[in-house]
This record gives sequence, C-alpha cells and structure tokens, in this order.
Amino acid sequence: MTSRSWSAVQQGATIILVSFLLLPVAALALTLSWSDLVAGARHPLLLPALRLSLATSTCSLTLVVVLGSLVAWWVARHRGRLSRLVESVTQLPAVIPPAVAGVGLLLAFGRRGLLGSFLARHGLSLAFSTPAVVLAETFVSAPFFIQAAIAAFRRVDENLLTVARTLGASPFRSFLRVALPLSAPGLVGGAAMSWARSLGEFGATLLFAGNLTGRTQTLPLAVYTAMESDLRAAQALALIMVVVAFAMLLVLRRMAREAGDA
Amino acid sequence: MLEVSLAKRIGTLDLALVLSVGAETLLVAGPNGAGKSTLLLLLLGVARPDRGRIALDGRTLFDTHADVPAEDRRLGYLPQDYALFPHLDALGNVAFGLADFPRRERRARAAAWLERMGASHLANRHVGALSGGERQRLALTRALAREPRALLLDEPFASLDSSARRELRASLRRSLLEWRLPALIVSHDPEDAMLADRIAVMERGHIVQQGTRDELRAAPSSPFVAGFAATSRESL
Repeated sequence: MTSRSWSAVQQGATIILVSFLLLPVAALALTLSWSDLVAGARHPLLLPALRLSLATSTCSLTLVVVLGSLVAWWVARHRGRLSRLVESVTQLPAVIPPAVAGVGLLLAFGRRGLLGSFLARHGLSLAFSTPAVVLAETFVSAPFFIQAAIAAFRRVDENLLTVARTLGASPFRSFLRVALPLSAPGLVGGAAMSWARSLGEFGATLLFAGNLTGRTQTLPLAVYTAMESDLRAAQALALIMVVVAFAMLLVLRRMAREAGDA
Repeated sequence: MLEVSLAKRIGTLDLALVLSVGAETLLVAGPNGAGKSTLLLLLLGVARPDRGRIALDGRTLFDTHADVPAEDRRLGYLPQDYALFPHLDALGNVAFGLADFPRRERRARAAAWLERMGASHLANRHVGALSGGERQRLALTRALAREPRALLLDEPFASLDSSARRELRASLRRSLLEWRLPALIVSHDPEDAMLADRIAVMERGHIVQQGTRDELRAAPSSPFVAGFAATSRESL
C-alpha cells in the first residue's frame, strides 16, 4: 500500500467511526424542538431522577475512590500471586454484563441472598432501596477507577517514597503527600470514567434496585420509563442527561489538568 | 559512629558484611550487582536484613529485638538521581522533612537551610528546572535539614556529565568535611575515591578489602581492587 492510500484509509476510517459515534448524540439534540425540551424539563419524572442520580453516583464515586485508592495502592506496591489475583477480581465486574451483575447482587444482598438473609434477620433490607442503587453503581463502576489508579500508582518512583521515609514521613504520610499528588491526573481521569459509568448504569440497577420513582429510579431508568408512554419526553430527559454528564466530564477534566500542572 | 554487621540473602546474592563508619567518609566501591544499593536499603530500613545488627551512635536500629522504622532512623539519604519531589518547589522539598515543626515555621526553617547551604536563589524554583549541580545541592540541603546522624549516598554523580562531576566532587567533599558526619557513599566509579577517607571494596555481597587508597594500591586483594586503586585520582 502506498503512503498516500494508507493515509486515505486512516482518514476514511476516522470519518466513518467519528460520524457513527456522533450521529446518535446529534440526533438527540437535532430532532427535538425547543418546546419539547422545555416540556421535558418540566416532566414529573425528571427532577426526582436527576436528584437521585446525582446523589447515588456521588456516593458510589466516594466509595470507589476511597476504597479503590487503598486497594490499588496495595496492588501496585506488591508483586506476587495474591496481588495479581486481587487485581483480576477488581476487574471482573467490567466483563460481566450489567444484567448478570444485577442478578448476582440480588442473590448476594437480596432478602434471601447469601449475605442478604443474614442482614434481613437484623432488620436490614437492601434490595429495591436507594442503597441498592449505590451498590449497583459501585459494582459496575469500580473497575474503571481501580485500573486507572493501579496504573498511576505503578508510575510513582520507588526512590521518592524511600526518600520520603528517610525525611521522617510514615508510610501513610508518604502515600498522602507523595504518591497521591503525583498520581492525581491518573486518579482524576479514572474517577471521571468511573463516575460516567455509574451515572449511565441501567441493567444492574433495574434488576437489583427496581424502578421506583424518587427511590431507585435514576435518570437512565426515567428515560426508559418515559419512553414507554412518550418518546419526546424520553428524548428530552436523555438530552438533559447528556448535558449533565458532559458538564461533569468537563469539570473533572479541568481538575485532572490542574492536578497535572500543580 | 555507624556500626553495621548484617546478612541478607536476595535471589542468588548472599550479602554478609561488617562495617563501621566514624566521623569520616567511607566509600563502598564495587562492580554493578555487588549488592551496594541493597546495603543502603537495609541500612535505611526499607528492606529487612535476615540477621545482624545496625547501630548509630550507640542506638540500635536493628537487631533480633529491634527494628526502628525508616522514618525514625535519622539517616540522611541521597539516591542516585536525588529523587527530588517533582510536585514541590525547592523550598517545599526542604520543608517536607521538617514536618515535626508547626506548619508556619517549616518554610522559614527551610529557607534558612537553603541560605546556609548557599542555595537561597533556588527557593521558588521548580525542581525540574534545576541543573545537575543544583539538584545535588538541594538534595543535600533537604537531607541535612533533618539533622541526620549519618549520611548515605548512592552513586552521587552517576546522573551527571563528566565536567559537572569534577566540580561537584570537590564541592561535596568540602560539605562532607564541614559536616563531619559519618558518611557512606556507594559507587562503582574509581574517581569517587577522592571523596573518601577510607575505601571498602565489595564484591558479590562481601567486603573483600578495606583501607585507605594507598593501602589498597599497595596490596590489592583482587583484580577489581587493583583496577579501582590504579585508576583512582590522587586528589582534585
């Protein structure tokens, strides 16, 4: 292949793929009138779903970032069969279909589930509740953050940590003051991907938490519910969700850039 | 006085040695893979010897009953590339080791240390923008600011070009003489011999010979010692 035709092939592939990725998003915006959008914004499902989505995805992101950072640090600093096993387990949810995850969560934490039956005896019922939404989102989104965090932590120079120790820093302070700031761009990037996955979570939430307005109906579930009766309303909700996700992504990207510059 | 007697097996390397360093500079010389850097990690407390004893000014840092954590050993350390914290400026690097002081005092103390070491002009510079010599000066300032009881240096000139090395060797020698701390430098470069009062030659985990440069040159116990002593420069 000549260099000219090779570059033509690359350009062709780029045009086809980028158009394919952009078209559905463009269709959401371009086929909706302003009055439809206003009607969608006033749709009774929107506000409770938006509030719930933001609250639950923030909770799951906090859980994933706090616990995930500790796990990723341990994995990144250890070599051996156990750390490889832990790394594989943390990546498992990324390859499990969300619907399967939902069934699994129900069998684990549901009223008659492995752990759920024990919890139920102590008066704690998780399934079909707001905490179940958080659990489902945490389950599906954790791998995205943990993988990015492990990669970022592995890039931290061992010598810097040794020097930090000789300068009086405990292992915890070395982690906090050296490893975390140096890994910040990677961590924020991972958190953004994880949060986006969490916000878009549908299958596992539907099966494990249900679709109850104000309690477990997140934005994707509200879009699905609206779609059954009114395509325009669903479209308006979907567009608002895209805007929220995009705005959040921009904020996180900016944070990542600032963390990288600092 | 740093007293060391330890043993450690890592893979195929069987490290076993006895050393003591008074208020002098000891150069631990040896070919790559002799276990020199491992020795430093064992002394620093980030790796654990299988057995033995490490003591500093009579205080036991390691033996069968004690294992003082790295952060409490009061050993200053300059690794090969100096390991300056890239997310902090020069002042922040020095202040990092002063965490025992109240927050407000730290930066003032760090500034005073930079001034004492003739490096005040570096204070607000990003460490990425420093020259090799400035990096070494900053790393030394950062280590000394914690008032260590001994200094450990790993191949202090390995990351510099040869013209910078010559000048910095002289400057480091002056600093070491001024501070009069027990200092242990590991190096495979014969020219680093001018830094030292005594040389201990390490091969395959063991000290094969110790003495002054002249003593090593007069009666080298191995081809490496002979080569090392022969190429050592007398002085600057």
